[in-house]
Amino acid sequence: MMEFAGTVQDAFRGWFGPVWGSHAWIFAKSLAGIVAVLVPLLLTVLYYQLVERWVIGWIQVRRGPNRVGWMGVLQPIADAIKLLLKERIVPSSASKGLFFLAPIVAVAPALAVWAVVPFSPGWVIANVDAGLLVVLAMASMGVYGIIIAGWASNSKYAFLGAMRSAAQVVAYEIAMGFALVGALMAGQSLNLTEIVMRQGGDWGFLEWFWLPLAPFLVVYFIAGLAETNRAPFDMAEGESELVAGFHVEYSGMSFAVFFLAEYANMILVSTLTSLLFFGGWLSPLDFAFLREVPLAGLLAAPGIHWLLVKIAFFMFLFLWVRASFPRYRYDQVMRLGWKVFIPVTLVWIAVTGVMMLEPLASTPPFSLWFGK
Amino acid sequence: MWSRAKEIASSLLLVELLKGLGLTGRHLFSRKVTVYFPEEKTPQSARFRGLHALRRYPNGEERCIACKLCEAVCPALAITIESEERQDGTRRTTRYDIDLTKCIFCGFCEESCPVDSIVETRVLEYHGEARGDLYYTKPVLLAIGDRYEARIAADRAEDARFR
Repeated sequence: MMEFAGTVQDAFRGWFGPVWGSHAWIFAKSLAGIVAVLVPLLLTVLYYQLVERWVIGWIQVRRGPNRVGWMGVLQPIADAIKLLLKERIVPSSASKGLFFLAPIVAVAPALAVWAVVPFSPGWVIANVDAGLLVVLAMASMGVYGIIIAGWASNSKYAFLGAMRSAAQVVAYEIAMGFALVGALMAGQSLNLTEIVMRQGGDWGFLEWFWLPLAPFLVVYFIAGLAETNRAPFDMAEGESELVAGFHVEYSGMSFAVFFLAEYANMILVSTLTSLLFFGGWLSPLDFAFLREVPLAGLLAAPGIHWLLVKIAFFMFLFLWVRASFPRYRYDQVMRLGWKVFIPVTLVWIAVTGVMMLEPLASTPPFSLWFGK
Repeated sequence: MWSRAKEIASSLLLVELLKGLGLTGRHLFSRKVTVYFPEEKTPQSARFRGLHALRRYPNGEERCIACKLCEAVCPALAITIESEERQDGTRRTTRYDIDLTKCIFCGFCEESCPVDSIVETRVLEYHGEARGDLYYTKPVLLAIGDRYEARIAADRAEDARFR
């Protein structure tokens, strides 16, 4: 693998000369990385919504889509074609420029974050040291798309949805940020790869941060639900009271782009939960005594498949939660964000700090996580 | 005090939410109740109240004697009847219309009919493509009756001991 990369790098030097060669190489490498991440991501989004309809159907004792192709596997293709062919309607009183800009603003950060998400050691487009900061920054950018959409539509329902979304994001961004502060305290780094590597050890899944940081895990995941405007926090859409909320005036592909952004964000939250609290690509069975055993050694080996399994579980949890819980009332959303999550995370940041203090950090249960 | 602490603890530990997830999780694997409609159908009662029909006697004579009880009882005013004396001296309808867009399928017409002429069949899959398509006239209703007579007669026979 590395030799092949070296050969290609040399080839680039040959084509573009010694100065431009290395720039061209970095450009080509990033481009290949972007394609390698975004194409599977978009395909996942495409099929995630089919799986969503299946799971919600099954939970409601229905069968879900099963007519287009075998078991309905061609349904997303049919939906995509329908959305592509649909007319894109622009309300006559809308602010045209902003109206077109909004879906782009929504989807750009949702795709851009994936630059810093590692899938395995070294399998990352940009291994930046401030990875977690980039994630936070991009996550908070996404809401601008929603606000711009609500404003530009010049419709009261879209505007109300955008306002709700703004208030909700302000409330939950803080709790989410605090939960991530906990993860970076325990991981001793802002670099996502290093946070994952720090969860490795001789005790498999017991080494992961979900145990000492359990409140952060819960807060992060629920704040993630709120950030992505998913049920039961889909105040910005609120079918029963706001028709479809911020995207009520959007149709065809511009609606599909919002859809894409929402689902990409859901996958992102699942991925980050797996990376920060569930050891990313580390194996849950990575116990010291198992590594030497012939077959179990394979199970103990880290790899991207473990990450994919974990991501799939949290993506499923998103659907499960959506099918289970009714939407929160608006004041309940605010109360939960400001009066429950923020105090809980603040307290647990202090507790984490105490757990990391020296006499405690090297005594048995805590040394598992903080004694490295 | 103690119960309040327990309440707070259970809400922080998401006890109720986990219970809810458990319930929906069980339904994820339960047997699905969907009936694939065009291929599968749910069982129907012999008393099913679907599309209307006008019946005839075995000798081909129409049953309706234009007593207008159905027209009088119809709560939706969907039935319109006009009648006159036929050459053999019997009273017969010249017009028997049912506006199915008005009809509420209550079955009163069927119950009020002294000669079992107007009946509601098991047919529920019919449609109209233009305004007026669901305004059924006497020849149409008689034709429906002719077409489903066997089924209609069997259903009446099955229900006879309860009437």
